[in-house]
Amino acid sequence: MTFARRVLAIAWKDLVAEWRDRESITAMCFFAFLVLFLFSFALNGDQTLIRGASSGLLWLAFAFTGVLGLARSVQSELANDCLDGLLLYPAEREAIYLGKLLGNFSVILLVELISFPIFAILYNMDLWPQLPKLLLITVPATLGFAAAGTLLSTMTAGLRAREAMLPFLLFPMTIPLILAAVRGTEVVLRHESFELAMPWLKLMAAFDLLFLVGSLLTFEFLVEE
Amino acid sequence: MTLQRIEQVLGVCTALGLLIGLYIGLIYAPPDAVQGDVQRLMYLHVPLILVSYLAFFVVFVASILYLWRRRRQYDAIAHSSAEIGTLFTALAIATGSIWGRPTWGAWWTWDARLTATAILLLIFLGYLMLRALMEDESRGAVFCAVLGIIGFLDIPIIHMSVVWWRTLHQPASLLKSGLWTVAPDMLMALLTNLAAFVLLYGYLLAKRLRLEGAKEELFNLRMELLG
Repeated sequence: MTFARRVLAIAWKDLVAEWRDRESITAMCFFAFLVLFLFSFALNGDQTLIRGASSGLLWLAFAFTGVLGLARSVQSELANDCLDGLLLYPAEREAIYLGKLLGNFSVILLVELISFPIFAILYNMDLWPQLPKLLLITVPATLGFAAAGTLLSTMTAGLRAREAMLPFLLFPMTIPLILAAVRGTEVVLRHESFELAMPWLKLMAAFDLLFLVGSLLTFEFLVEE
Repeated sequence: MTLQRIEQVLGVCTALGLLIGLYIGLIYAPPDAVQGDVQRLMYLHVPLILVSYLAFFVVFVASILYLWRRRRQYDAIAHSSAEIGTLFTALAIATGSIWGRPTWGAWWTWDARLTATAILLLIFLGYLMLRALMEDESRGAVFCAVLGIIGFLDIPIIHMSVVWWRTLHQPASLLKSGLWTVAPDMLMALLTNLAAFVLLYGYLLAKRLRLEGAKEELFNLRMELLG
């Protein structure tokens, strides 16, 4: 088996397990809906306020949902000592990291795709013509979030206070990413020239690169015996 | 014995340096033409933040060395330096806030540099919290080393992002190319205090490392007693 197939095998295992009970995805979608729903109460239902803040609200909802997904993903590895089993799998540590990353990335991205129509309906936005551009922002942002989240959730996995510690470590680190995603989405939703989103895309690329390379270099230390 | 001697000398130098720094900053240097005496906070604020950058750089280097060589001393240096750096960053934000209230009319603004510093503080608070919560000390050391490296490398990206987001803070007084625009007397006060705070950092680090050493010694003695 080549390196790529080992990565895919690990990601596939996570996705199949997720598909069998669909617990995470259901919980995450419902949570994203709830957050988007509740935000309109925070803004007192004011349409102009909501429109101004909509991209920020969308990404806050995704950030909360993403943390929920990462926490559940780690939870599933902790049950029945699955993590020890995973480490026995004859693959490089890098392949295990990339496999977990790919699994997390796919689940979070799927939830985001499901949330777009909910967002469009709740906040009265016409998203469909903008979808390709929106994806250009969403994919690198989700990749970086999943890359940082996979690394940090491995660190917090063994803690009793892991539900509190993961967001505490993850959110400050991913502020540039969330900021870039919010600004980029704003450019798209306001029908501004996509040129304006370019610096933010570059920033996301730098973030993704740092966390991918950094994680690949350090992941083996986190799971050593 | 010699190490203790160095620590003592360092302590005396630090105390002297801080006293001289206070004198130059509070009495010798003239008050700012526009801001008045409030500006004197700069002599604390700037050294604090610069030394905390130094401290986080030390965390970064010590973390790499720890992952590479696995010697406990490197981890102790990273841990101690992170604690001092976090304290100094918090103090820098506090002094900046006290200065900002009369000068900008607000305790806090969402300016680029303020925001980036606050994020830096949050990252290293997370670092210290992770360390406190890890039950297995050697695993905690490894995790924190990874966090220290990645957190440090994240700083330029955070900085870029918030600079693009907004900017209000006056440009750096010392960390820039070209001529310094600070008046000579004020510059002297600033540099004296900077030197004093670097000494203070060194002294606190030495003290903190000795504490770590004592902790380990105690642990070993206890193990010996228990057989």
